[in-house]
Amino acid sequence: MNAIPATNVRENGTASIKLTINGKEVVAKKGATVLEAALNAGIYIPTLCYDPDLKPYGGCRLCVVEIEGMRGLVSSCTTPVTNGMVVYTETPKVNQSRRITMELITVNHHGDCLVCAKNQDCELLKVARYLGMEQNHVDRLRKNTQVFPVDDSHPAFIRDLNKCILCAKCVRACHEIVCHDAIDIAFRGNSAKVATFGDKPIAESICKSCGECVVRCPTGALVPKWEKTPTQEVKTICPYCGVGCSIYLGVRDNKIVSVRGDSESPVNRGTLCVKGRWGYDFVSHTERLTTPLIRIPGVPRDAGQNMKTHDVFREAGWDEAIELVAKRLRDFVSNGVGVIASAKCTNEENYVMQKFARAVLATNNVDHCARLCHAPTVAGLVQSFGSGAMTNSINDIGDAACILAIGTNTTENHPVLGYRIARAVNNGGKLIVANPYEIELCRFASIWLQHSPGTDVALLMGMMRVIVDEGLLDSAFIRERCENFDAFGESLKDFDLDFVERITKVPQSKIVEAARMFATNSPAAILYAMGITQHSHGTDNVLATANLAMLTGNVGKPSTGVNPLRGQNNVQGACDMGALPNVYPGYQAVNDSAIQKKFEAAWGCSLSPSPGLTLVDMIEAAYCKDLKALYVIGENPVLSDADAHHVRGALAKLEFLVVQDIFLSETAKFADVVLPAASFAEKDGTFTNTERRVQRIRKAIEPIGDSKPDWWIICQVAQRLGAKGFDYTHPFTIMEEIRNLTPSYGGISYQRLENGGLQWPCPTDGHLGTPILHTNIFVRGRGRFAPLKYIPPGEMPDEDYPLILTTGRSLYHFHTGTMTRKVDVLNVLKPDGVLEINPGDAEQLGITEGDKVKVSSRRGEVTTRARITEALPPGVVFMTFHFAESSANILTNPELDPISKIPEFKVAAVRVEKI
Amino acid sequence: MVNPSIGQNVQVGVTNQEAAIQKRLNEILHSYKGSQDELIPILQQVQQVFGYLPELAMKKLAKFLKLPESTVFGVGTFYAQFKLLPTGRNIIRVCRGTACHVRGSAQILAEIGKQLGISAGETTPDLEYSLETIACFGSCALAPVVVANNKVHGRMTVTKVGEIFNKEAQ
Repeated sequence: MNAIPATNVRENGTASIKLTINGKEVVAKKGATVLEAALNAGIYIPTLCYDPDLKPYGGCRLCVVEIEGMRGLVSSCTTPVTNGMVVYTETPKVNQSRRITMELITVNHHGDCLVCAKNQDCELLKVARYLGMEQNHVDRLRKNTQVFPVDDSHPAFIRDLNKCILCAKCVRACHEIVCHDAIDIAFRGNSAKVATFGDKPIAESICKSCGECVVRCPTGALVPKWEKTPTQEVKTICPYCGVGCSIYLGVRDNKIVSVRGDSESPVNRGTLCVKGRWGYDFVSHTERLTTPLIRIPGVPRDAGQNMKTHDVFREAGWDEAIELVAKRLRDFVSNGVGVIASAKCTNEENYVMQKFARAVLATNNVDHCARLCHAPTVAGLVQSFGSGAMTNSINDIGDAACILAIGTNTTENHPVLGYRIARAVNNGGKLIVANPYEIELCRFASIWLQHSPGTDVALLMGMMRVIVDEGLLDSAFIRERCENFDAFGESLKDFDLDFVERITKVPQSKIVEAARMFATNSPAAILYAMGITQHSHGTDNVLATANLAMLTGNVGKPSTGVNPLRGQNNVQGACDMGALPNVYPGYQAVNDSAIQKKFEAAWGCSLSPSPGLTLVDMIEAAYCKDLKALYVIGENPVLSDADAHHVRGALAKLEFLVVQDIFLSETAKFADVVLPAASFAEKDGTFTNTERRVQRIRKAIEPIGDSKPDWWIICQVAQRLGAKGFDYTHPFTIMEEIRNLTPSYGGISYQRLENGGLQWPCPTDGHLGTPILHTNIFVRGRGRFAPLKYIPPGEMPDEDYPLILTTGRSLYHFHTGTMTRKVDVLNVLKPDGVLEINPGDAEQLGITEGDKVKVSSRRGEVTTRARITEALPPGVVFMTFHFAESSANILTNPELDPISKIPEFKVAAVRVEKI
Repeated sequence: MVNPSIGQNVQVGVTNQEAAIQKRLNEILHSYKGSQDELIPILQQVQQVFGYLPELAMKKLAKFLKLPESTVFGVGTFYAQFKLLPTGRNIIRVCRGTACHVRGSAQILAEIGKQLGISAGETTPDLEYSLETIACFGSCALAPVVVANNKVHGRMTVTKVGEIFNKEAQ
């Protein structure tokens, strides 16, 4: 029998307090509770409601102790230590009380331990074993206890309240950690239970399925449906969004059977979201590509979508496929070829891809989906600050006195970061939400600015006008660290509040209130995502956020800054690695001759000094037949790019298309050769998250079928084309080459990453990384204010297309759904896409909830079902772009931001009809 | 634009009922500031106006007070004074305290239940009567006691039960 059950203990405070527990002198930190002091000193006290991540609760009454000078028994989990305190944890009085309490708790716990999924991990069992109970006491008390139906409604976990002991860990985790507030203790006395609003099944509640309650439940009341006990665990990084949560994958028989958050990680501190917790079925999915595929001669490119795979492709061996790819690509070297790299692949792989494009295919035509999400960020923030990355760290957002969340539905798209924002508010911080959609964060916001889509510049400039007019600006910061303020100040004159109110539809009083709140609460941070960037003036929007941060002196300090939230797990890394047409790794310009010489020397070849085509330009060039061959790795432009019909047309015109992916995506169906890649769980490498943190991913299972890591495949093709310098043996050797050529990654090595991630710039081996950019001086020297004008969106509603369509993402799916739509849990929680519409608009159009509707724009039409919601203002409808069968990007406007070349995904004029 | 269909009329009907709740709730909320310690007074007024706590009203007042819906539900279910379902226009309470019990309150409860066709804790489908039990009304000298709409009927017998309804009907 184990002597002492292991318990995690919270560490806090610094100063030492001396006390005596059971005659033993114990030193504890100031602010610690008696329970924590005892557990740290190796003295066991039974408890069922203590959790180091949660506030002290004092609910289970098992941790009672005797303390000299205090009356009666006190709960040690709610009593702070004081100097000279004398504590007894094992007196007869204490033990009698605990035993009675335990009997009362047990009475409400029905179940058979042998068939309970919790079994030996059950905290209740451990405590029962420690305290001992009398059978006849329990039997006598049990007569009147309630029996609840088991709640089986959720696809990922079972909720059996008959095993619940009301420790409220689930309720507290839901309120304190993830702030979803889906459950609470309801009813009273003998009837008390954990309930959703209206006591409905959990699947019908507002539960976001993050599973934080499930991992904390001490009994079998909340248990995962599919998890098995793993034989080994591998520490790696979640493959979904740019937050980059650290996870442990549990592996058994070459399958992922469990997942848990890494509580040591400064990024997620153990928490996960619904995708990170339950979203791994795709790895071993039966539809994974397991062998190279070659298009059967004569099958037209655009005919593959609705045909069976074996009618379009035949299976081939690696040797044949690589030979074919090399042979065909040879014709297009330096002549109409492009590479689309992947924000889902590792840094090492993106490095190899851009090296392959530049050194082997002799072109700078290399880009990836950052073009479609944060190209304006890179363009805009480089212009303002000198670096296009998030200025601050995830970890310090929680300490901001004020957060402006503009154009980010953080709780849906970066959920774990969303928890931080909600917690900051619960700890007294102010939150300003600017979003046309009433997102979940509005519930926490002090002010919600519901501006019209595409009017961000007007809104932000209006706020800045108030700050300047009322003298709330940080003049010292502007004088000492910035430039071009006068020109900017001049441009503010256009933005009087009457004008701003008319454009944005936000009342002046709210703009004034928000401006004052942001300027007077320091430190203040700006967070944004694609609501800022995906516009035909996306770069202007980014410049406006940078102006606001500089104007109020909120750059270069903890809990401040301009923080673009990157969408994909490694979109930051793919940019860092130079999977962009104008820069080598580390944003070193291709048209800088010194840089060019450096890379020519390193790679042993001559390189082109002229920037290549962007992703959008490549598609356009393919449409005009100027680009003849395309190599697409882990991207799905058929669903992800604006004006999807045009993209399909362009792909159909290519002479040669290679797609390398883990599934036969909509894009892969156009390909001549499909190469099966290994997933994140099947390879080593590094991802760089949104806060510039480079983190190791580790191989957990062997590649599925005959799939291979992307770096290996590219190297094979390169070598077959006769290239040198592609004989890497392991991603480790690639990283060594990267750090030699990329100053900001100079100090990042696999050896150092074993001890946790490093935030670039990290130029040397001894450098500790850079949590905050621009601390003493901006990367470009002085921060540059940008004068701005209001430019309306490219397409505004008119008589034919009277509504504005804005697109976005759902919590339950990721990007084009290639991965998440292969996950049962996520498909049950969010089976299909809908058109969200305001009740007023719906009534006018005769549309009721669930009606089938046709949505059309100047580019095309899709059919989907209507969901009526008050979260949208009249005149605006919303769709997500995850679903191939109702692909929102058939409708979106390909009009580009002139600087960053991002299409205007966020505003398109559409018509909605009931069918 | 589009001709109204039957389905639409149903939808409009539902919306009207919701709109009515919303309207009366707004009248209640009008006199509050929106601070979270106003939760119980607001719930009391909602209970008084509607006779129960409609789900829609709880959701809307949660938003008004910036409180989680689950918290409002937790509070609303904790206190016996709040009901989750509509209660009858007349509330019949049968005392089940010790003195009433020994003088036959179980039989009286059964008889009232039989006449109304409901059990304790339920409401008649026409929302005319709700039947409740109370632990002790404190009028043991009058046992067994039945309280109908705050009117006390002492020394109740099974044969006198009908009188309660006759009086209520008047």
